[in-house]
Amino acid sequence: MSIVSRGFHGRREPAAADLPPGQYLTQDFPVLQAGPTPRIDLDDWRFTINNEVGEKYSWTWRELLALPSERPTVDIHCVTSWSKLKTSWQGVSLDSLFEDVETAADHAFVRSYGGYTTNLPLEDLLDGKAWIAYRFEGEDLPGEHGGPARLLVPHLYFWKSAKWVTGIDLRNDDEPGFWESLGYHNYGDPWREQRYTDD
Amino acid sequence: MTRTAPVRRRTPWLAARVRAVRSETSVSRTIVLEVPGWPGHAAGQHVDVKLTAPDGYSAQRSYSIAAPPSGDLVELTVQRVEDGEVSPYLVDELLPTDELEVRGPIGGWFTWRPSEPGPVLLVAGGSGIVPLMAMVRERALAGSTAAFSLVYSVRGPSDVFYASELSAADIPVRLLYTRVAAPDRPAGRITAADLPPSADAKVYVCGPTGFVEAVSEVLLARGQDPASIRTERFGPSGG
Repeated sequence: MSIVSRGFHGRREPAAADLPPGQYLTQDFPVLQAGPTPRIDLDDWRFTINNEVGEKYSWTWRELLALPSERPTVDIHCVTSWSKLKTSWQGVSLDSLFEDVETAADHAFVRSYGGYTTNLPLEDLLDGKAWIAYRFEGEDLPGEHGGPARLLVPHLYFWKSAKWVTGIDLRNDDEPGFWESLGYHNYGDPWREQRYTDD
Repeated sequence: MTRTAPVRRRTPWLAARVRAVRSETSVSRTIVLEVPGWPGHAAGQHVDVKLTAPDGYSAQRSYSIAAPPSGDLVELTVQRVEDGEVSPYLVDELLPTDELEVRGPIGGWFTWRPSEPGPVLLVAGGSGIVPLMAMVRERALAGSTAAFSLVYSVRGPSDVFYASELSAADIPVRLLYTRVAAPDRPAGRITAADLPPSADAKVYVCGPTGFVEAVSEVLLARGQDPASIRTERFGPSGG
């Protein structure tokens, strides 16, 4: 049973009824990151998938843009309790990028420019659940929101949607990423409110 | 970024009782909470605060901790967000003996520990001073001699948190006013000239997104190692 705070009534926005537990609605797009926004030259940009036996599958910026893109409209949920509904993105489905990748691994370890990492089950990246996104609300994705390209995995808390993504390592064993090593939940399902370790 | 040892500890909600409140500015207030079972924290960490209404409706937000641990006391400083749901209650309504729930500490990256030798440059914009003040206080409490320097940007003198404590601190403190001219500086946003040398320093930057981006750009442009910069942002929707 929760403790009642004297005199607190709350705002109770009707739309909040559709949110995962403990979340509130925002119209803004707050920025959360652990270090400075990296500067990334598109001529040098690469996205690389390394499978568990060391084979590399790599795309340049031009090659990424040449792949068929999708325009998902999704709700996003940050572990710091804000949610933003019906955000529109453009990017390449991970299904396209994994089409020719040979793997029997279960775990994905995502790497970003600037050193950020995050981990998730490979199956959470496939079957239409994740994208490498490079446009947001009709504009090129700004650096502070992860541009030139970020991972978009909206069914998990947004720290899993790694900004400035540059690659995915496929592994037989799970390894915690940056925030997962610092007390945040290993999986991060907002509907089960998996914010912190062992929630 | 380097990775540290995995933290494997549950973070339960704990009952908290308000021990004391004190105003910092006209829109912000420090709240001292008594939290039986509090596990302690590092300077720079934050807590989640949950408020529950009589019918069970609840709302939660994250707030930075303002001071080092002292027994089971946890000290927060909260700034009112005008259209917020939680912060107006915390700043305007909450009184000693009131109860709420907290869980934490949260965040193991934007932290400073007294075992670190320094030098350290702290750069605060507005209410971004709160976790940095926890570091200043931790340093003093631990008797650390790490070289600290604080640059703190606010609109004007009436917006300074912890004003008397900062003026008595034994570290260099530079106040920058964005809206008020000072004898040695015109009003304006932070520039490269406002930041002391920091080549060997670990730099902590905390404030609104635009402020953090601007400071980071200045630091990177003058050759600061990106890995030495740690950032924390307070969005406009802190609630």
